[in-house]
Amino acid sequence: MAEVLEKITAVKRISEIYDTNLATIGEGLPGWVNQTRQPALQAFQRMGIPGFRTENYKYTDLTRLFDNENFRRSFKPDDFEVNLNEVFSCDVPEFDTHLILVVNGWYDEAGNRNTSFPEGVIVKSLRKAMVENTELIEKYYGKLAQSKEDPLTAMNTLFAQDGVFIYIPDNTHLAKPLQLINILRSEDDLYVTQRNLVIAGKNSQARIMFCDHTLMPQQYINNNLTEIEIGEDAVIDLYSIQNQHNKTASLSGLYIRQAGGSQLVTNAITLHGGIIRNNLRVLLDGEHASAKICGLALSDKNQHVDNYTNIEHIRPNCQSDQLYKNILDDSSTGGFTGRIHVLPHAVKTAAYQRNNNVLLTNAAKMNTKPQLVIDNDDVKCSHGATVGRINDEALFYLQARGINEKEARLMLMFAFAHEVLAEIKIEKLRDVIDKLVNKRLRGEVSKCHSCAMDCIR
Amino acid sequence: MLVIKDLYAKVEGKDILKGINLTVNAGEVHAIMGPNGSGKSTLANVLAGNTNFEVTHGTITFNGKNIFDMSPDVRAKEGLFLSFQYPVEIPGVSMVNFLKTAVNEHRKYRNEKELSAGDFLKLMREKKAMVQIDSQLTNRSVNEGFSGGEKKKNEIFQMAMLEPKLAILDETDSGLDIDALRIVSNGVNMLKSPYNATILVTHYQRLLDYIVPDFVHVLYEGRIVKSAGKELAFELEEKGYDWIKKEQE
Repeated sequence: MAEVLEKITAVKRISEIYDTNLATIGEGLPGWVNQTRQPALQAFQRMGIPGFRTENYKYTDLTRLFDNENFRRSFKPDDFEVNLNEVFSCDVPEFDTHLILVVNGWYDEAGNRNTSFPEGVIVKSLRKAMVENTELIEKYYGKLAQSKEDPLTAMNTLFAQDGVFIYIPDNTHLAKPLQLINILRSEDDLYVTQRNLVIAGKNSQARIMFCDHTLMPQQYINNNLTEIEIGEDAVIDLYSIQNQHNKTASLSGLYIRQAGGSQLVTNAITLHGGIIRNNLRVLLDGEHASAKICGLALSDKNQHVDNYTNIEHIRPNCQSDQLYKNILDDSSTGGFTGRIHVLPHAVKTAAYQRNNNVLLTNAAKMNTKPQLVIDNDDVKCSHGATVGRINDEALFYLQARGINEKEARLMLMFAFAHEVLAEIKIEKLRDVIDKLVNKRLRGEVSKCHSCAMDCIR
Repeated sequence: MLVIKDLYAKVEGKDILKGINLTVNAGEVHAIMGPNGSGKSTLANVLAGNTNFEVTHGTITFNGKNIFDMSPDVRAKEGLFLSFQYPVEIPGVSMVNFLKTAVNEHRKYRNEKELSAGDFLKLMREKKAMVQIDSQLTNRSVNEGFSGGEKKKNEIFQMAMLEPKLAILDETDSGLDIDALRIVSNGVNMLKSPYNATILVTHYQRLLDYIVPDFVHVLYEGRIVKSAGKELAFELEEKGYDWIKKEQE
């Protein structure tokens, strides 16, 4: 009974936070944006904080997190005296990106002032775009991510004020990757909401990196949601690097619709974080669309990393291929749920899924669950999940050649992880992340007071 | 170089070695033969330090040092090399990275400077030519997708790279066709010197046509029951192991 009471309390408290700050939250935003909040509130109150009883969240109980928090909300952008661009130089040599800074969920106008983008490409604050590019935003905002379907989406929509809007016109190929750096920085414990929208036009090509970082040791909850519309024949790569300290809860949602002939790659690399929940939903909504979906999580201490994927094959002749790997040390826990839904008309679907996990201790725990719902006969589907340990035979082989046990273990773990990293198509980025993962496995990336991409120096 | 005294060992609770005595000196080639299940591979694995094999009694010294005090990697760096009967595939670990790490671990152990990337590749090219290993194989992951023969050649290649004092070849001839057998044997013969020694663990006499042993030992039920010169191998080839079994009964 006590648990039920607390649950009601957290929902009630959050609802009150919303009611109290309603005017501030909606200030300066168009009516149609604010009109999405009331249904979100109702959905949130109906579903509550996701916990073990929520089927899609059975591996990640967020009730305790929300019961115990009374964090400040970032309803206004914080003023910082320090120039973040100086604190945070992410310019790895030879790895040239368009840098986009987001601080505590807010598009950093000052920090992004000097960034320029190719002609026609729009990168700006989402709230600004809601006013200035109403037609574009209104068409897509809140369409892929539905409040009524997911409590974290409802919470995000309830509190959404800012984030990044990216628009890539038809036939535009971005040579340099866009690198969106999310920084959490606060002198008190903070709850952050970030909302992004990306529209990639027909036959456009872009690579977008999301880097999540914490700059100060406070506790954070970051509810981050990104909707992405991918036009016909577009080629979009999304890379995310989560490198936040272990008192951070990162609750993120990535909602993608692919039109015909488009190609998507997503690769989520989790190096550090306290509680991490990544929701990913991909709609293959045009013939001959393909999605390669990868994730690698390295966890230790009491970290928790849960990837939930939901791939919807709506049209015929599409392909999806998922590869998720976890290496779990100490008492860390992990989850993977891979849902594949092939609709009746989506004939000639090819859908593959693999989840491999290595447990380094007896205390580490991994839950993995494939969920295939296939509503027609003309499909090729496969799924496989393994949970195991470092191969003793391979370990002995390396040792027998003079490599000490610690180094041999590292080599094997790195080899295991590398299969996911090999899917990163930008060679320089792959090298950087290779080094980063190697360092992480060696325990050398323990703090995140600077950009992860900076760690290789 | 190697002195084994009254060695007993168990695998999964079962006694396999029951009092082995063997001395190997520099410059010598020893062949250890015997029927299936006599303990040949157990002996090889115990020497290399495989923890699946439990030593219950006896001593082994290698260059005067007690090898039970050494982890497998230290034994390797002291100059002991096991050519595996079944080399394991290690996807994701590249041959180059693996060998470079191994060679440099050996060099560090001897207080020598690590090889530069250029010097390492040069060394690798030399040794590849020496043991006639296909140069494409070193571009792959360790043993991954290698044929049986390629795996064994790869073992000899690694041996050439690491230049051990004592090489133990565990059934290196099994699964090899005549050409591969010749290449593997040539490699072993080329690496032979007055300063190192070789133990050939084998089931068949065939390998001994290519690598001529100084001593042949017959292992039976966990003990060396017969030791002689190379002529013993021919006798075994002719008469099989039955007469030895009979002698023991």
